[in-house]
Amino acid sequence: MRTKHPTRPEPPESFASAATPLLSVHGIEVRYGGIRALKGVSLTVRRGEVVALIGSNGAGKTTTLRSLVRLVPWSAGTASFAGQELGPLGTEEVAALGVSLVPEGRAIFPNLTVRENLELGAYLHRDARIIGETIDDVVKLFPRLGERMRQEGGTLSGGEQQMLAIGRAMMARPSLLLLDEPSLGIAPNLARQIFGAIRQIAEAGVTVLVVEQNTRLALEVAARGYVLRTGEVAKEGKAKELLEDPMVKEAYLGG
Amino acid sequence: MLSWLQNAVAQGAMIALVALGYTMVYGVLRLINFAHSEVLMVSGYVAFRVDDRLLGGYERGGSKGLIIATCVAIVAAAVLGVTIEAVAYRKLRAAKGATARIAPLVTAIGVSMLLQSVAQLAFTATPQKFDPRLAPPMWFVIVAASAVMAALYALVHLTWIGKAMRAVAVNEEASRLMGIRPSRIIVFTFAIGSALAAIGAVLYATTQASIEPTMGTSIGTLAFVAAVVGGIGSIPGAMLGGLLIGLLGELVKSTSYSGMKDAIVFVLLVLVLLVRPAGLLGSARAEKV
Repeated sequence: MRTKHPTRPEPPESFASAATPLLSVHGIEVRYGGIRALKGVSLTVRRGEVVALIGSNGAGKTTTLRSLVRLVPWSAGTASFAGQELGPLGTEEVAALGVSLVPEGRAIFPNLTVRENLELGAYLHRDARIIGETIDDVVKLFPRLGERMRQEGGTLSGGEQQMLAIGRAMMARPSLLLLDEPSLGIAPNLARQIFGAIRQIAEAGVTVLVVEQNTRLALEVAARGYVLRTGEVAKEGKAKELLEDPMVKEAYLGG
Repeated sequence: MLSWLQNAVAQGAMIALVALGYTMVYGVLRLINFAHSEVLMVSGYVAFRVDDRLLGGYERGGSKGLIIATCVAIVAAAVLGVTIEAVAYRKLRAAKGATARIAPLVTAIGVSMLLQSVAQLAFTATPQKFDPRLAPPMWFVIVAASAVMAALYALVHLTWIGKAMRAVAVNEEASRLMGIRPSRIIVFTFAIGSALAAIGAVLYATTQASIEPTMGTSIGTLAFVAAVVGGIGSIPGAMLGGLLIGLLGELVKSTSYSGMKDAIVFVLLVLVLLVRPAGLLGSARAEKV
């Protein structure tokens, strides 16, 4: 994977310094009706890092990602990406900053071909040369997609659709990739393959924040992790430490 | 026989042009734009008035005048369609809950009635006719309508905005994640759909019918049914539905039941829907969430 987006200007040097995280979230609160789904979530993701967000069903993992791309409004707190406040932005504008979300359930366009799905991932720059190169990169990452270019997305298997969704997100050449449950409903060996690809994406320099129920899989790829419980960060730390943590072992790694 | 078939296909092609506007708007908004038929009617009047008053009708403008008038009508229709979206639908999209689907439907009917009444005041209820010498031959109607539909197909499949339109239609949220602005796609969809209606209106008014404030309702109903039978939301479906209605209509006309043409056509279409509730080319595919 090539890392630098050739058309998007890099943020100013001061923002890119190691001291300032690429993504910083402070005290985000999200309400659905009367229910507080997020009760002040704070987290940071530094440039080049892979960070895992783990927790059980309903802990607020998906809501956190959806709020970051402004699909869900927050009622308190702030979040910034590369020094840019996300609060006033719309989903399309967050995407234009270089943040790509692979949504839960994949949300590919089933009636469009695999190639068209990938092309739409590049909607923001629409540069034929970059599209060609990035499609090659995606096919290297997921050779199966190369065989299915002319097929409609809806005809792919679940695992292939997940590959397509990740490939589509990479077409925008994001600097931050958000992944929501990439292993959900996918056979274990395919899930390993997908996490292998996520590792490759990260090695190419893309920053990754991954939400995952398969705690072990996520913590094996991530450098750091946050444990979310009922809308709050219950624990954070290095991935290795979390894997050994008694509470995490007990609750999320099956004892 | 050949002229009968030519007539039927031409009729169907014109209906299809109008049906496309219904189906495209439904595709991106899940809204039946009942005002679409009045866009057709107004653009018919615009073409007629521009041709008749400004370009001197057949005597002075000839078919060149008609072409210019059609272009003016296309632009006017696009502007009107986009205006209707901005005034009557856009604000209502933010609404949630039980009325979210109903409210824009009500304003759609309201806009439709408003435009019909305004047209009656402005143009009177007396039907007006293009000079019959301006009527293009049936083969031309078929060629023109087919060319427009082929262009639309290319637009939807080969251009960025067309692909974005299909993406918004199937999953608005995912398309926003790609950086697509649905509001722009919606405006574009109304403009294109209305432009197609204007072309349909001129072809219809020059070859088939007179122009009157109720012409939208009569043609629009056929077109709407064509869109539903073809599978609402499906562009090839609208083309197929239009063709089917054209053929059925002409078929019934050639029998002794010609007075009951519309009734018989509609009964046959109800039968089609009983067998295929999603329409001929409509997708019954369950949306994966």
